[in-house]
Amino acid sequence: MSNKRVNSDLLSTLILMIKVRMVEEAIANSYHLGKMRCPTHLSIGQEAVPSVLSSFLNEKDLAVSTHRGHAHYIAKGGSIPEMLAEIYGKATGCSNGKGGSMHLIDKSIGFMGTSAIVGNSIPIGVGLAMGLKLMASDRIAVIYLGDGATEEGVFYESLNFAVVRELPVLFVCENNLYSVYSSLACRQPREREIYRVARSMGLDAVKLDGNNPISLADEIEPLINKVRTTSRPIFIECDTYRLREHCGPNFDDDLNYRNESELKAWKVRDPINCLVSHLGLTQNDVMKIKEGITFEINEAFDFADKSSFPAMSEAYTGEFAV
Amino acid sequence: MSKRSEITFVQAINDSIRQAMEIDKKVLCYGLGVTDPKAVFGTTEKLEQIFGPDRVFDIPCSENAITGIGVGAALLGYKSVMTHQRLDFFLLAMDQLVNSAAKWNYMFGGNTPVPITIRLILGRGWGQGPTHSQNLQAWFAHIPGLKVVSPSNASDAKGLLIASIFDPSPVVFLEHRWLHNSKSDVLNDSFSVEIGKANVVKSGSDITLVTSSYLVAEALDAAEYVLNSFGISSEVIDLRTIKPLDTDTILASVKKTKRILCIDPGASSFSVSSEIIFRIIENLDHKSIEAISKIGMPDIPEPTSYALTKNFYNNADDIINKVLDMFGHTQLQKPIIRKQEHHDVPGKWFTGPF
Repeated sequence: MSNKRVNSDLLSTLILMIKVRMVEEAIANSYHLGKMRCPTHLSIGQEAVPSVLSSFLNEKDLAVSTHRGHAHYIAKGGSIPEMLAEIYGKATGCSNGKGGSMHLIDKSIGFMGTSAIVGNSIPIGVGLAMGLKLMASDRIAVIYLGDGATEEGVFYESLNFAVVRELPVLFVCENNLYSVYSSLACRQPREREIYRVARSMGLDAVKLDGNNPISLADEIEPLINKVRTTSRPIFIECDTYRLREHCGPNFDDDLNYRNESELKAWKVRDPINCLVSHLGLTQNDVMKIKEGITFEINEAFDFADKSSFPAMSEAYTGEFAV
Repeated sequence: MSKRSEITFVQAINDSIRQAMEIDKKVLCYGLGVTDPKAVFGTTEKLEQIFGPDRVFDIPCSENAITGIGVGAALLGYKSVMTHQRLDFFLLAMDQLVNSAAKWNYMFGGNTPVPITIRLILGRGWGQGPTHSQNLQAWFAHIPGLKVVSPSNASDAKGLLIASIFDPSPVVFLEHRWLHNSKSDVLNDSFSVEIGKANVVKSGSDITLVTSSYLVAEALDAAEYVLNSFGISSEVIDLRTIKPLDTDTILASVKKTKRILCIDPGASSFSVSSEIIFRIIENLDHKSIEAISKIGMPDIPEPTSYALTKNFYNNADDIINKVLDMFGHTQLQKPIIRKQEHHDVPGKWFTGPF
């Protein structure tokens, strides 16, 4: 299958993944300066799923996501300067400084919000899908969630509703094996797989390798088309791995909550390296790609840094819509 | 002259949803039982036949997700009227109410309205018990981003429900089951009652009685009695909106009467009444105020037994005695004016089960 895919498409996906990684690393590198004063959950290692997925979405498709939402936002096309300004708490931030890293929005490209509460944005996405269906459009809603969210009651309520009402929604579960430091093994029975739970509820559900952009592209494209044409929900579970700490700019492996060999194995499966080698690119090629992105990222940080803070009086606006 | 009709609270609710749905195709109505044969005590009768199953539908028992779904649909401009046959069931939806509905506009920078209306029916009597009878108006009012309304009659129910549906913010609509059969004179056409405006339902000069929902009728009866028997003139304020609270109307009244009794349909402690009394103390010269008091529900869960609920709710007799106490009169032996056969029903029309 993969050889059918045009390499230029995969190259675009690679560039997007590298961009997401570079933004996240730049956040990590300057977090210690104390200018990004909010909890920040980096997506490093988990870039493949949103980057591949977004290549099959358009600006009118909608998405919601989680506390770990930077990659989803950037991949959907969200403004990077406005995201960084938001993390800096600036008036120019995508949520005017009221949301921070965990509350990102860019309605201009269909990114409808992220939530800090586990599972919280799942029904919001289902409601968006209900609206899209009522509008008789061919747009779809994408809901990013983690493995932890599948333990919340609202997950089951939302899947059930999407099936009963036949809504055009793609549930994307990024299973990175940990909810903070609690492993999946202590949270769910070992023999049960998340996608099978979803399937038992009446959705088409599959498990995909979330760190292999090539196979992901092959498998996700027909699924998105199916949601679009049939207006029925589909669930995908994508295995992936967070390479940095749960929350913050550093690594947390000194806590020994993850097995060393497990970590090593996932590092080998870095999705960016996977695609670089598939496309036969050299380190020099990758350097050139990075050079092309560096300016844009520097500009974005500059924008965030130089933007003004909102006036204190702004805190008292917006409780009620007008 | 616009036409008016004498209709029940139930009919008023039904009319307002139907008219809102006629005005705006993006108004939706859903909730458990909305399309079943009993149609939520008749309040959603025939709506599915008129507007079709895309806009009016029954739902799974998923209060939390349904609330979030309403928020999601609101982001595309859909105005949902959600219905819960008891407030108590809706407690499963606190995450979506508090973390999503109430905050979405604020936390994403103020340009993301969430026009949803959540009808919560308040139970009382006939053994509704601990989990079918709670009025948590103070809870909801405590949450930034929510509006809370609580009509006392059919006309306000219609006007406030239409205002709620077209309000760009989430509104918790507290609807008392015992009011469902009450009738009043209501405009046939669609109209709004402004959210945030209390109603002085009876003017008076000696004491201000502030209340809402089912207790407005009790307060009016008590006011009539203390006037006729003791010459005490009560001004009765029906809050109509719990939040935003119409502080100005209350302050203006208390400035005149110098006495206030808050009659709260919720638990007495940490209540809306407590907040009202604070605002009076904060805003008025305390030397000019002669008496401040409140009565509310006891701070215990509602019991179920007919025997245990006998003196559980405050009625006109309790209000009369409290007023007399505030004026230094001796309290009267009950029953005073409430000589009903059964304390646990609003009238002969209510024969259970809920």
